Parts: sequence; C-alpha cells; structure tokens
Amino acid sequence: MASHEMLTIQGLGVSFDGFKAVDDLIGPNGAGKTTLLDLICGKTKSTSGTIMFKTMDLTQMKEHAIVRAGVGRKFQTPSIYENLTVSENLEVSFPRGRSAFGALFFKRTADVAERVKNVAEEVLLSEKLDQQAALLSHGQKQWLEIGMLLMQDPELLMLDEPVAGMTVNEREQTAELLNRISKNRSVIVIEHDMEFVRKIAHKVTVLHQGKVIAEGSMDKVTADPRVIEVYLGH
Amino acid sequence: MNLLTKKLSKTDLIGVVVLSAIILVLFPTVFSIFRLNLIGKYLTYAFVGVSLVLLWGNGGILSLGQGVFFGLGGYCMAMFLKLEASDPIATKIQTTPGIPDFMDWNQITKLPLFWLPFKSLTFTILAILLVPAFFAFIIGVAMFKRRVGGVYFAIITQAVALILSVLIVGQQGLTGGINGITDLKTMHGWDIRSDSAKYILYYANGVLLIGCVVFTRWVLSTKFGMLLLALREKEDRVRFSGYDVANFKTLAFCMSAVMCAIGGAMFTLQVGFMSPSFVGITPSIEMVIYTAVGGRMSVVGAVFGTLLVNFAKTFFSEQYPDLWLFLMGGTFIGVVMLFPDGLAGLFERFGKPFLARMTSGKASPKKNDEPTVAVAAALESGGKHG
Repeated sequence: MASHEMLTIQGLGVSFDGFKAVDDLIGPNGAGKTTLLDLICGKTKSTSGTIMFKTMDLTQMKEHAIVRAGVGRKFQTPSIYENLTVSENLEVSFPRGRSAFGALFFKRTADVAERVKNVAEEVLLSEKLDQQAALLSHGQKQWLEIGMLLMQDPELLMLDEPVAGMTVNEREQTAELLNRISKNRSVIVIEHDMEFVRKIAHKVTVLHQGKVIAEGSMDKVTADPRVIEVYLGH
Repeated sequence: MNLLTKKLSKTDLIGVVVLSAIILVLFPTVFSIFRLNLIGKYLTYAFVGVSLVLLWGNGGILSLGQGVFFGLGGYCMAMFLKLEASDPIATKIQTTPGIPDFMDWNQITKLPLFWLPFKSLTFTILAILLVPAFFAFIIGVAMFKRRVGGVYFAIITQAVALILSVLIVGQQGLTGGINGITDLKTMHGWDIRSDSAKYILYYANGVLLIGCVVFTRWVLSTKFGMLLLALREKEDRVRFSGYDVANFKTLAFCMSAVMCAIGGAMFTLQVGFMSPSFVGITPSIEMVIYTAVGGRMSVVGAVFGTLLVNFAKTFFSEQYPDLWLFLMGGTFIGVVMLFPDGLAGLFERFGKPFLARMTSGKASPKKNDEPTVAVAAALESGGKHG
C-alpha cells in the first residue's frame, strides 16, 4: 500500500532498559509493532538509525512538526475528545490556526464547514455531527478518529488496529473506508485479523521479535512456512 | 453546524447580564459604602476565580500559585501609590525624606533602582499587565516544554508562591516585609480613601471584572478554547494533530496571570494596602476553592463562588469567632462531596429545569438565585453584628 521511497527506515533501534524492542528494521508482532508507529510519529525517540519521510529525517523532529510534514497517526484505542461534539472534534483537527494565537483568531469559514461535512460523510458520521463524541459507539469512535486524521489530509496515514472491537458489519464498512481513502495517500495498517488484512492490503510485512520475516502479497506471505510457524507454532 | 456552541453562548449572555446587574446595580443600591467596599474586595478575588476557570476548569492545568500574580499586580500598584504618598514634605521627619517610610526604618537612604520607574503611572499600569505575563511565560516555558504537568505543575507553582512570599518578607527594606506596603493615600492627587473614590473604584473594578468574564468566555468560544478542552482530555491526540501543546498551555497561563494581576491592582486601590499574606500558599489555595465552589467550568459561577465563600467567611467569623475555621472547612468538604460541579452545576441540575417551568408562564430569567439569597442573608446578619 505504501508507495515506494516515501518512507525509508534504516538501522532503527530503541532500547528499553537494555531490551531491544525494534531491531534493524521494524517492530515485532505483539511486543513492538506499536513501538514502530511510536518511533515514526516521534512519540518514542530512537536510540539509533534514521526514519526518512521523503527527504526529512523524522527522528530529529518534534511530534507536531512530524504531523505538519504530513504523517498522521491513529492510536490503538480510540483517542477522541469525548466532551466535544463530532463536528467540533473534526474542526479542531483542521490544519489551520495551529499556533496558539492562530487558534485564538481562527475563523470558522465556509471551507472549514465544507471540509467537516465532507469528512463526516466519508467516515459515515454525517448524522451524528452535533452529538457529543462520548455517546458514539466504539466503532464510530474509531471512524471519528480516522476522520480527524483525514481533516489534516496526511500523505502518510498510520492506523494501529483500526478494527479492534468492531462488529463484522463495521469491519466491512471500515475495509471499504480504508480502500477509499488509500487512493490519495499511503496507509500503514497494523492488524491481527487476517481476513481484514486480505481485504485492504496491497503489500504485507510480517514482523516477529523485531525482524521482518516475510514481505509481499497476502498470498505469498500466508504461504511462507516461517509465518505459519510464528502464528501457529508458539 | 455547532448548535451546541450557539446555545451555550446564549445562556452565557444571560449569565453575564445578570451578573452585571447584580454587581453594578443591585449591590450599590442595597449596601452601604462600607459593605460595598468589602464586596469590592471580594470581587478582586473573583478575577483569580475567573482566571482559574480558564486555566484549570477548561485547560486542566491546576495552578496553586495564582496568588503570585495577584500579588505582583497588587505590589506594582502599591509601589506607585507608596511613592506618591512619600513625597518629601509628607516624610520630612524621616532621616531621608522622600522615600517610603519602611525604607527609612530599615536604614535605606536612597530609593532602590527598581522602584524608580514606578513614579510613572503609565509605567505602573504596563508593569501590572506585563510583569506577571512575563513571569508566567518563564514558568510556563520552563515547565510545559519539559512536559511537566498535573500534580507536579501544581506543586511547583505552590513552591513559587512560597518563594515569592518568603522573599518579600525577607527583603523588608525593599518590600515593606511582612507588613506589606501600607498607608496608601492618593493616585495622581486623587484621594482613594474618600467615599466617592470608593464608589468609583468599585464600579471600575466591576466593569473590569465583567470585562475579564466576557474575555474568558470569548477565549473559550474560539478554537483555542476548544483545544484547551481537548488537551485536558487527550493531550497526546492534540500533540499528534500537529499542535505544539506547550505553547497553548503557556498562553493560557499568561492570560490567567494577567487577569489575576488586574485583580491584585484593584485590591490595592480599594483596600489601601498590599501584603505578602495575599501572595503565599494559603491565599493561592483559597482562590482555587472559590473556583471549585462556583463550578470550575463556569466563568460566571466562579464569581458567585468567590462571593459566596467570602460572605460565608465574614458571616462565620462574625457569628462564631471560635468555630469559624472549622465551619469553613466543613463547608468546603460538603460542597466538594455533594456538588462536585459547584454552584454552576447545581444551577444546571435544579435551576434550569425550574426556570424552564417558570418561563412557560412569565419570563423572568434570574440566574443563580441560591448564591444571591445566601449573599443577602450573610450580609444582613453580618450587618447586625458588625
């Protein structure tokens, strides 16, 4: 799904009290895949290596600068502002008025309203615009957070288990949603659910204990004996 | 879009109008100048209450050092007034005429350099606004950029309050020490102790307070206000939406500091002195309690909360001199346990449905009648015994 050379990761490492969580390349299954996203978006600082996003080294940048460069990240548990309404959640994520004074004098112009409306439609929340976000269902909260990222129109979108805790029906809709939004941008998805991955992925990377053990199309990856061992062996 | 925001600002408008009516019309017509001056003093604390609604209620940043900014504003004003009260003729019996009396007592023979600019009223007014903002900026950048928050921030602000009050007490020759700066008389020749001056200062104070209330409401209605709420809830989400969170917190902290300082300056003008007892830990925590009692999310509620607590204080201390501190403590515990959202929460729960029923007949919006009634009762009994 990721276009070539958009994101290059080299010699990345991070150690937690001597334990290497991410080694050589990217995050392991179970104990570090979220760490990989944390490293890319700057939440965790790497101890070695570089993450090149186009021509910028993300390991040297502050979190907000990484976001402004075009990297969006969705957290594993829905991370939305429960005490704001759905439309306010989206509006707050609009990439204008990002400085403290800019936010003070931010005007809710027609293009902002238009964008909120379009994104709400995209993430199937048009009906809920004036509802308090706390009252949404779990699946809708996940969609709202994806919508908040879409407001920023990132070039690279990273989703950490977007369908965890969703109903079968919601998973279907999310797969469609991801296929729609990945037309204009690169999307990295971390997921356990193989059925879901099959529906959305163009390229799959399987990680185990910090190493890439297989990479390629879904069919190729699922046929790989090491993948089968990792998933079924232990 | 944003129906909720619109609806909110309408009730807010009613709240502000009712508040203005009570402060500017009701109080001056009902109370004598002695009591009015006392209310004016309470209302200067309300500036701090309002500032905490912005910072703590909405931003989730609990500062236990707002007394620092109240004190800085108050001291700036006091320095100007003290210099005017210490002209060479009035102080001719001193060893060194022309300097404040406490300096003379402390064997200081020359006005310290940092006192000099306070001979100008323009400088003083600028200092009242800028000195606290500058301090808040330094503290804010130092803390928030390092992601110090929550309890740690509260403890550090408390330490700052302690440091400043100890410093003021220790540097008696420069600051007036534990007694503070007293015996203030005139501002540009205008006697601030006269009844007419007290009336004018009361109104000026009221208008400034309402200005701060409206300003805070405006700030909270902007995207900045929405982001404050958002980062109280999910700081990481705000950060990973491309915002430099520390800048937002610092600006909110600076705004709150300036509001406190205006309150402090008005305190000095109305009460006629400033002392370290308004800077340290105890007053800073007490000011947080005003906001908690009023409802930490409600700007108007904070003003009523401040009034209620102070009236209760006056009432208890006049009625039960031996027990009043226990009664105050009991009241705070009761309020926090029974009404965690304060007076504003109480009004939301009982007042609004009641009003809705009433307005179906005759429309007479009277917000927050509980505090007003309590206020009137406290003053009445206070008047009898005082």
